[in-house]
Amino acid sequence: MLLAIDTSTGTSVAVVDLDGGILAETGTNDTMRHAELIGDRIRDAMARAGVRPSDLSGVAAGMGPGPFTGLRVGIAAARAFALGIGRPVVPVVSHDAIAHAWYASGGAGPLQVVTDARRRESAVSDYDGLDADGLPVRLAAPRLEPRDAVPESRGIRLDADTVSAGSLGLVAELAHASGRLPVADDEALYLRAPDVTPSAGKRVLR
Amino acid sequence: MNRDAPLVLGIETSCDETGIGIVRGTELLANAIASSMDEHARYGGVVPEVAARAHLEALGPTIRAALDEASVDLADLDAVAVTNGPGLAGALMVGVGAAKALALSLETPVYAVNHLVGHVGADLIGDRPLETPSVALLVSGGHTSLLLVRDLDSDVELLGETIDDAAGEAFDKVARLLGLPYPGGPEIDRAAVGGDPDAIRFPRGLTRPKDLERHRYDFSFSGLKTAVARWVEQREAAGEPVPLADVAASFREAVVDVLVSKAIAACTDLGVPRLLLGGGVVANRRLREVAEARADAAGIALRIPPLSLCTDNGAMIAALGARLIMAGHEPSSLEFGADSTLPVTDIQS
Ligand SMILES: [Zn+2]
Repeated sequence: MLLAIDTSTGTSVAVVDLDGGILAETGTNDTMRHAELIGDRIRDAMARAGVRPSDLSGVAAGMGPGPFTGLRVGIAAARAFALGIGRPVVPVVSHDAIAHAWYASGGAGPLQVVTDARRRESAVSDYDGLDADGLPVRLAAPRLEPRDAVPESRGIRLDADTVSAGSLGLVAELAHASGRLPVADDEALYLRAPDVTPSAGKRVLR
Repeated sequence: MNRDAPLVLGIETSCDETGIGIVRGTELLANAIASSMDEHARYGGVVPEVAARAHLEALGPTIRAALDEASVDLADLDAVAVTNGPGLAGALMVGVGAAKALALSLETPVYAVNHLVGHVGADLIGDRPLETPSVALLVSGGHTSLLLVRDLDSDVELLGETIDDAAGEAFDKVARLLGLPYPGGPEIDRAAVGGDPDAIRFPRGLTRPKDLERHRYDFSFSGLKTAVARWVEQREAAGEPVPLADVAASFREAVVDVLVSKAIAACTDLGVPRLLLGGGVVANRRLREVAEARADAAGIALRIPPLSLCTDNGAMIAALGARLIMAGHEPSSLEFGADSTLPVTDIQS
């Protein structure tokens, strides 16, 4: 049984199990306030699923792509929770969760997943169905494209503004069950170098 | 929860240091720090996105290092404390997210505490705890604040702060214009060796009578930086050599003079015979020397925690968290966020 956390868009937290599926999921598509919401959402998801930390065997973390500030909150939380229970983190590409949910609900054929990357850019990934283990077949790593000029894909374009932590957790469970971990690097998918304008520091202005 | 000597892990990510500290009551068990300062050096200042990325990578290893140092298990913790402001928003959020999740995973409470008050909390560590009321001068690359601490867990007042650059930032900027690397504090110190602190009379910001009415305890360093730049330019324009040691020593003297003068004035005005120094600029030996001499002359007891507790660190956050627990304060609710401009009066969120 896994706790799953994704803050690549809104804040989504779930408890999932290979047999029982998504046992509980709480979330919001508010693209701000990740730091405020993350604790409550973790607590609620666990309470609704009726589990305690010691019941969990790991934590699935949505590694993005997504706006950095929010994305980091979920990754930091997933890593810290995993550390606390002495269990591993399972990094998952957030777009994989979007694709998995779409195919699992009956979608078929090529799929292009598009999410907001701010600064007039989109994060784009291309998929081609589910494989024999039930995992989405990602054709290439997520990349940035100009928002107004995302290349046409062969199949359906899916613009997503939410990522289901439940689906993310299921991808992790399926990958684990089929012996295919890791399915993603344990690194945030920033897709962009940091800005290098030094700040004025933490001066406090009244 | 053990309220007599709680075992608390503190998380500090407000600027460029990832600090994890562990205390048991007022006893220091671990003070582990990972700094991203080297990554900022080539930009001449802290780059917020670089700092936030570094925190995310450093948190896990630094927590493990602190646990090893303290020889405790996470399961033994009574509470987690975390800095939730003031500081760089994106950097703070990494610590806040981690602290909430860690506390939930351990089924322990979480205390969200103020970074500036944490600097004062550093002095709780040890056998001879901070006495109050006390004035505290906190000086770093990110802040320059003068506080009146009547009671550390319930009554802290902001007397004044910088209205432009932080003192540490002034060191960085002047170092840059003198062709010295980042961070500027130690570089200026090195350059000032053998220099005459009275060679050049650089301006002391906000010390004229008119300024003292409105900004008695506030600081300003941008005019000083400009004055140094102009002085150097004029020398160069005249084809004369720039006496680096004298410029560095005179600049440093101006910063130190105004910092110490205002802090001592606050103690005298308010009848508080205790002054605490905190923040990374305390590493500056001249600041400590001048503060010691003038505090002594004014009959003020000066306290300077060890340098490892003056620079940003998690131990001071843990110590403040432990203090709040020992004083009977309830944990923070899980809804707190990161507040980059958190006022010093919000000791716990
Ligand atoms: Zn500080």
